[in-house]
Parts: sequence; structure tokens; C-alpha cells
Amino acid sequence: MTISHAVLTTGLLLTLIGMWGMLTQRNILRIIIGFALMGTGSHIVIVAVGYVANGTAPIIDDALPLSEAAARAVDPVPSALAVTAIVIGLAVTAVMLAFAIRLYGAKKSLSIDAFADSKW
Amino acid sequence: MMRLAAAACLLLALGAIFATISLDFRERTALPPLAAAYVEMVPRELGAPNVITGILLNYRAFDTIGEVAVLFMVAAGIGLLLGPGRKPKDAGRPGDAARDESEPEPSTEIVRNGADVMVPLIALFAVYIVLHGHLGPGGGFQGGAVVASCVLLMLLARPDYRIRLAQLSVAESLAGVFIVLAGMAGLVFAGGFLDSRVLPLGEFGTLFSAGAIPILSVLLGTKVGCELSVIIERFRAWGR
Repeated sequence: MTISHAVLTTGLLLTLIGMWGMLTQRNILRIIIGFALMGTGSHIVIVAVGYVANGTAPIIDDALPLSEAAARAVDPVPSALAVTAIVIGLAVTAVMLAFAIRLYGAKKSLSIDAFADSKW
Repeated sequence: MMRLAAAACLLLALGAIFATISLDFRERTALPPLAAAYVEMVPRELGAPNVITGILLNYRAFDTIGEVAVLFMVAAGIGLLLGPGRKPKDAGRPGDAARDESEPEPSTEIVRNGADVMVPLIALFAVYIVLHGHLGPGGGFQGGAVVASCVLLMLLARPDYRIRLAQLSVAESLAGVFIVLAGMAGLVFAGGFLDSRVLPLGEFGTLFSAGAIPILSVLLGTKVGCELSVIIERFRAWGR
């Protein structure tokens, strides 16, 4: 088992755990935590997919001269994508927490069972 | 019970898909053509040692602007949800009114002294991360997030500290305007919208190099830091 394989499996497991939390928990804050775990898992998967065997960070300096860069650097595109995904994940989490605060203000409860009146 | 069973079925199916992905995964031994081109092009054409920053702030800078727009919309949306005047006036039980009037509970000495030491250091670190985005790990988004963590620590240590939302919005709007102006400059003087080669590339690996990338990084850091601080302040103002 190579290192990126282990990281990829960890990311996929974390995604599953987060999804389990989202589907089974009844507390809104725990659902949000599940969502954040799922997002983190997918970031780990994205970064793991970009790994190249024995690669290093794609930053050109004394340790990685330009002539060797194409042979020894890892894929920079998934890393750039992960930066984007982290920022959007933070934004979505912030909006979800704001909604959780407003929902708590409406019913004085954080359980989604308290909000069943407009389910369908 | 039904719900748990349905969730378990869904997760088992998903787990099976993930297991096939994991079993079929083979570690790459070479870069795909696009990545190899980026790794070659960013240092050569943009003069930026950090390939990821080069991609984020030049080749895919348009996406980065969209991302900043998403953050702006989130700050605006949280203002809509938790802004002043949104709070219900009849805030429940009789005891609440007296507690709302009182001063916020002061934080402990450990937190206050820790913040006194850490806040300037974190602020300095944020500036370093923003300015060295094109040379090493870092950049506008990361530095902006560090700025916001500095503001959060400040608010934890001094609950009566007031963030001036008006100043933050002015700084944020100016940063946004300048990012778009830099983009227009790229359109006129270089290869396209947000092309960072409007300024000379300078000496490879020094602080003032890589064209407009450090400037874009600073503007982005300002904007992200302001937006995240506004979000934190909205949450705080709602709670008091």
C-alpha cells in the first residue's frame, strides 16, 4: 500500500463517516459537523489523487530545480482545486450555522424533529 | 428505525463504490500533460516559484474572483440572516432582559494575556503568508484566514472590543475594485483579463518578482480577511 493509497482510503472513510452523521443525527449542529467532515474527506481525496510517486511540493527552489520539476513535482491542479473547495466549504458552513441560529431562535430547539411541520 | 435502515443501505452502497475506487487506485508515476505544462510554464512565463499560486492568480484567476464573489455573497447573506433588526424583539423569558443589558462576561486572565502575546505575532505571520504567496506555501486566501483567526482571538480575549463594520466594508470594497482594475490592466497591457505580466517579472525567487502576483495576493488577502472578520462579527453581535 502506497502513501497516496492510504491517504485516499482515509479520505473516502472520512466522507462516509460524515455522510453517516448527516443522515442519522437529529441535532442540527451535529449534522453541520457531519457535513464539514464530508467536505474534509473530499479535500483529502482530491489531494491524494494529485500525488505522484516520490513527488514533492511544486515549488521551484534549490531543492527542486526547474529542470527536474516536471519529473519530481506532484500535480499542482488538484491542490489549487482543494484551496477553492476549502474556501467554499467554509462559506457553506458559515451559512448553515447562521440558519441554525435562526432556527433555534424560532423553536428554541436544535433537533430537526422540531421542524417537521413543513416537511412536505 | 426505517430511517436508520435506509441510511445504512445508502451508506453500504456508497461504501461499495468507494471500495472499488480505493482498490482500483494506482499511484501516479508521472504528471498528466496539463500539470506538466503548468509546472514548466509558471516559473518560466510568470516568474513565480510556487506553481499553485501561479495557477490560482493567473491562469485560473477568473475562478478566484468568482470564489471571492461567493465569499462576499456569504457575508451579505449572513448579514441578511443575522443582521441588526433581524432579532425578534420579544426575546422570550423574563430573566433574559436583565442579562442582555449587562456587560459581556469578561474572559479569564490566561486568555487575555495569551491574546496580548499572540495577536501581534499572528498578524505578522498573516502578512508574511500573504506576501510570500508566490515564493512558498501561502497566498491571499490562507493569509486572509489567518487574519480572521487573529480577529477571533481578539474577540475571545476582549468581548467588549468593537469591530468597525463600516471600515471593513470600505477596505473590502476597495480591494475588490483594485482586483478588477488589475484585471483590466491585464486586458490592456498583457495577454488577457487578470494576466499578471503587466509588471516586470523581476529576479526569480525574490519578494518583488512574478509581476502583479504579489499585489493580487495582498488585495485578495485584504478582501478575504475583511469578509471573514465581518462574518465573525455578525455571529458575535447576534449572540449578545
